[in-house]
Amino acid sequence: MATAQKKKKFRGVVIVAPERCKGCAICVEFCPTGAITMSDKFNSKGYHYPEFTYPDKCTGCGLCGMYCPDFAVYGFREKIAEGE
Amino acid sequence: MSVVVDSIKENPVEEFLRTDRLPHVWCTGCGIGTTVNCFARAVKECGIPLDELAIVSGIGCTGRVAGYLKLDSFHTTHGRPIAFATGLHLANPKLKVVVYSGDGDLVGIGGNHFIHAARRNLDITVILLNNFTYAMTGGQVTPTAPLDSIETTTPYGVFEENFNLPHLAASCGAVYVARWTAYHVMQVKKAMVEALNKKGFSFIEILSPCPTIYLRRNRLGSAIDELKYYKEHSVIQHGADTREVGITVRRPEKIIVGKFVDIEKPDYLTAMNKHLSEVLGDKYVRWGE
Ligand SMILES: Cc1ncc(C[n+]2csc(CCOP(=O)(O)OP(=O)(O)O)c2C)c(N)n1
Ligand code: SF4
Ligand SMILES: [Mg+2]
Repeated sequence: MATAQKKKKFRGVVIVAPERCKGCAICVEFCPTGAITMSDKFNSKGYHYPEFTYPDKCTGCGLCGMYCPDFAVYGFREKIAEGE
Repeated sequence: MSVVVDSIKENPVEEFLRTDRLPHVWCTGCGIGTTVNCFARAVKECGIPLDELAIVSGIGCTGRVAGYLKLDSFHTTHGRPIAFATGLHLANPKLKVVVYSGDGDLVGIGGNHFIHAARRNLDITVILLNNFTYAMTGGQVTPTAPLDSIETTTPYGVFEENFNLPHLAASCGAVYVARWTAYHVMQVKKAMVEALNKKGFSFIEILSPCPTIYLRRNRLGSAIDELKYYKEHSVIQHGADTREVGITVRRPEKIIVGKFVDIEKPDYLTAMNKHLSEVLGDKYVRWGE
C-alpha cells in the first residue's frame, strides 16, 4: 500500500525584476535544482531574463539571489498556509 | 506556470543599496555585483549599527561599490582608499571602516598604504576584488596578473612575478586573512562577517570574473566558464601556509582558498594608548576607548 505523500510545509519562491537583468544567466546555471530558466522574451534593453519556470523544484535556498550581480533576482522560503 | 513579478521591494539587499542609481555600470556577468550581495547580507548579519559603519573605495570598476551602497560611503582617489580610511578610523575610532576596492587600486598604485596599514595593524577591513587587471581603464597589467597573461601593456604575455596577496597581507602583519572566489558566495559572506567583527587589520581577497577585459583578452571564456572553473579547481585549505597559495599561472590546476590567518594582536590604537599611558602617565588622555 502506498503511503500518502508527506504534505509540504514550505515552498520556495523566486522573484524576478526583468528590467534590472542583464542576461548573464548565472542564476540559471547555479540554481541547485534547475527551477529557473531563461525566457525567450526580452526586456526593454534587449536582454533575455530568467523565469521561475518550475516552482515545484524550488527549495527556497536563495542562492539565485546571492549570485545575481544585478540585484534582479531573489529567492526565499514561504510558509504554506493551512488548507492550501 | 511561470511567475514573473516586476517588483523587487522585498529583496533583502535592497535596503543597503542606492536603488536610484541602478542599473549599475558593471558588465553582464561581472563578479563585482555578486560580492556586493554578499557584503549587504554580511552587514545585516554582523550586528554593527549602520551609522557606525563606513565604506571607502578607490577608483576602478570595483571602486564604484561605495557609490551603490546606502551607507556612509566615500569614493576617494585612485590608490588612496586605505590612506583615507586611516584618517577616518583614527579621527572616529567608533566607526568600523571598510575598504572595498580593486587589485590595481589597492596593491598597484596603493601598495604602500596597504603594507603599512597591515604592519600597523590598523583596525580596518580591506576587501580586495582581484580580477587580475586594471579593468576600468581597458586592461593594463596589475601586480596580481599571473605569468603569460595578455594585457594591453603586455601584448606578448606577462613575464614578471606577481604578488601572492594572502602572503603579502599576512607577512606584513594582518590578523585576519582569507581568500575566496565569486563562486563561493556563502563563504564570502561568512568571511565578511568575521572580518567586520575582527579587531585589527582584516583582509579578504576575492577572485572575480571580468568577462569584458581579462577573460576576453585571454580567451578564457564567459563569466559562467570562470565561475565553473573556480568551482572545479578551488581547494579549501583553512590555515594553509600563505607562502604556498600564490596564483602564478593563468589557469592553475588548483586555487587554494579558505581562511589562512585568524590571530589576536593589539591593534594600532590599543598599542598607542598602552605605550603613551606608560610613558606619560596621567598626563595622557586615552583616545577612542
Ligand atoms: C592617479 C590616477 N592614476 C590613474 C588613474 C586611471 N585609472 C582609473 S581606474 C584604474 C584601474 C583600476 O583598476 P583596479 O583597481 O584593479 O579596479 P578594476 O577596474 O579592475 O575593478 C586606473 C589606472 C586614475 N584615475 N588616477
Ligand atoms: S570591465 Fe570587467 S571588472 Fe569592469 S565592470 Fe566590466 S566585467 Fe566588471
Ligand atoms: Mg582589477
